[in-house]
Amino acid sequence: MKKVFSRPRSLKKVPFHYCPGCGHSIVHRLLAEVIDEMGLREIVIGVPPAGCAVLAYFYLDIDMGESPHGRGTALATGLKRVLPDRLVFTYQGDGDIAAIGTAESIHTANRGENITALFINNACYGMTGGQMAPTTLLGQHTTTSPGGRERLRDGYPIRLSEMLALTDGSAYIERTAVNSPGNIRKTKKAIAKAFKVQLDKLGFSLVEILSPCPINWRMSSYEACQWIEKEIVKYYPLGVIKDVTKRVKEC
Amino acid sequence: MLIKTIFSGFGGQGVLSMGYIFAYAAMVDGKNTTYLPSYGAEVRGGTANCTVAISDEEIASPVASSPEFVVVMNNPSLFRFQNVVHSGGIMFLNSSMIEARPIRGDIELFEIPANDIAKGLGNEKVVNMVMLGFFIKKTGLVSRDGVEKALGDAFSLKGKAIVTLNKKAFMEGHTFD
Amino acid sequence: MRGNHIVAEAAIRAGCRFYFGYPITPQNEIPEYMAEALSKLKDGVFVQAESELAAINMVIGGSMAGARVMTSSSSPGISLKQEGISYLSALELPAVIVNMCRGGPGLGNIAPAQSDYFQATRGGGHGDYRTIVLAPSSCQELAKLTMEAFDLADIYRTPVIIFADGMLGQMMEPVEFPENTNPKSSPPKDWTLTGAKGRPGRAIRSLILDPVLEEEHNWKLMRKYERIQKKEVRYETFLLEDAKMVVVAFGTAARIARGAVKRVREQGLKVGLFRPVTLWPFPGTVLGELGKKVKLFFVFEMNMGQMVEDVRIALGGDGDIHFYGRPGGIVPTPLEVSRIISSQYLQKRL
Repeated sequence: MKKVFSRPRSLKKVPFHYCPGCGHSIVHRLLAEVIDEMGLREIVIGVPPAGCAVLAYFYLDIDMGESPHGRGTALATGLKRVLPDRLVFTYQGDGDIAAIGTAESIHTANRGENITALFINNACYGMTGGQMAPTTLLGQHTTTSPGGRERLRDGYPIRLSEMLALTDGSAYIERTAVNSPGNIRKTKKAIAKAFKVQLDKLGFSLVEILSPCPINWRMSSYEACQWIEKEIVKYYPLGVIKDVTKRVKEC
Repeated sequence: MLIKTIFSGFGGQGVLSMGYIFAYAAMVDGKNTTYLPSYGAEVRGGTANCTVAISDEEIASPVASSPEFVVVMNNPSLFRFQNVVHSGGIMFLNSSMIEARPIRGDIELFEIPANDIAKGLGNEKVVNMVMLGFFIKKTGLVSRDGVEKALGDAFSLKGKAIVTLNKKAFMEGHTFD
Repeated sequence: MRGNHIVAEAAIRAGCRFYFGYPITPQNEIPEYMAEALSKLKDGVFVQAESELAAINMVIGGSMAGARVMTSSSSPGISLKQEGISYLSALELPAVIVNMCRGGPGLGNIAPAQSDYFQATRGGGHGDYRTIVLAPSSCQELAKLTMEAFDLADIYRTPVIIFADGMLGQMMEPVEFPENTNPKSSPPKDWTLTGAKGRPGRAIRSLILDPVLEEEHNWKLMRKYERIQKKEVRYETFLLEDAKMVVVAFGTAARIARGAVKRVREQGLKVGLFRPVTLWPFPGTVLGELGKKVKLFFVFEMNMGQMVEDVRIALGGDGDIHFYGRPGGIVPTPLEVSRIISSQYLQKRL
């Protein structure tokens, strides 16, 4: 019988520990598929964050070096500078890349560091129990914004991807989501594109992935996917934010 | 024999390079030497000083308790360092810039109008080398060959003209009486 | 050569091709030298990071990739690096970190001090770990110990701290660089991240959620630290044979103390000097044996009394200990120290 679906080589035969309905397992699988399809397994080095995905090396059968909270892009800089012919990516949550690691993110992008950041945006701190994140929407209830995020007290949700697109060193930045089959396919394409940009040595690439966190959002998995579609996307629109390869073609 | 010297003045008088050339020359002569500069923002416009120790033996402390020699290029340096000179030690004083004189009777004083001499050479910046020439003539601590080599190495990047000018300034101080 | 330049040159001679740093006085000549020298080497990389935090994490990444890596800073910057130093220790990654210590706490000043002794020797960051701490006291030793630091880091897979101060960084002395270190003495790096070519994926990680396993990891580190304590203790003695009083000092303070000891010897006082070269592992055993023979100890530090605690532990109640400290960036003269030494000596009627 013809085999139409199987486990990617780069994904270990281990059940995910993630909560039901969580987007991490989907992104892990997409990542493993892209690594396999592009034949990158033997040259790829990943940098997992402090956050829900800290245990990514339990699932991905690739080289990975754990980073202190927020410092992923700096650590990846060290790896890439020593081994410029390897493919280096970070896997970071919103708190990691857009709060504690903001300085590192901006300066890594601005240096045009030839690495890829996968930025999982679930609008809260998942691992620590659903506290307010820099990306938490106005009015959104979290354990540290119990009455909903309030702009006078908590400020606004940050659009890190747009900020990084302003740096001259960033080459490719796209925002996607993993809340529907169509968006999942787009996410996979975006990851592959970001890796291609790195292999072509064009500079910093990033894919921001809106990802459901139904447990901390106090929703069912279905409702969480719907909420991304109806609410989050309004503030964080999907699509390509920056792509220097297009610009090159136009010229 | 361990000899310690403090060179002092305000930033821009070339106090640090004076000490550096001296220490470098001592090294060329095969002596043990340490060069300890003041550093940071204070050396720009503020008072700068450096301590040079030279010895035939290993030097224990690069910090001077009571230096045998003190070179003072401006008034504040005179007041700051006149009390630390070792009894029987020598002070070298830039008389172009300093009106006051040390109040101590147990130290020897040598004066030179270093700025005026440097002006005579057409470049007041070399005031430090004038003073260094004078200092080395009077103390005989390092050889002239050592200083020539030190000047050549230290200013090599700045071009031949600068090296020549500095050597000339050094000789002016060296022959001053 | 200037102390800071010596550190940089020694690192390059020891095979370091990757430097990540952030400017801070009084160590700026290290990144400046590295920027210039590494740009001339085909395989050299210099990155001026956006902060000390970023720099130490670049060091982590570079070390994971198997390179000899270095960063340098001064007290406030070293505080920021502590996060990374804890990780380096937990992840068992070799790296060399230079601290040209200055007056503190807080922003303090830029003058020479030894006030980061506790921070350097007690781990400094969170968690149960130690770092090898080397305390040079001359330009020649800056060269020697910097080169050795890379070997020690590789052999034990642990961060090594060069603990000097602004004075050593700024002063100049003639220096001869030792022969290049023998990389063969370092074990092969079979743990690095290079891409999983023909092997399963490898993870370098410090998150160990199971307390039983985390305890085992701590024991593993502890056994390594015990090996280091057995094999790597270094110290220097000066005029100890007939000494009735021993001055204990390290780094720049030891240099001043040496001058002070020479002075009091001229007065006929039988005083010697004990200088720890490794601050961790501290040469406590040797000092303890000395405490069986000598009854008076004089500890001099450019801080308010930090190493003196290690001396106290080492002596275990033997002998009298007198402490003299000048914090805040004050560099006392040998004369000043010698006066305190002789007054103590004479009071005890030795």
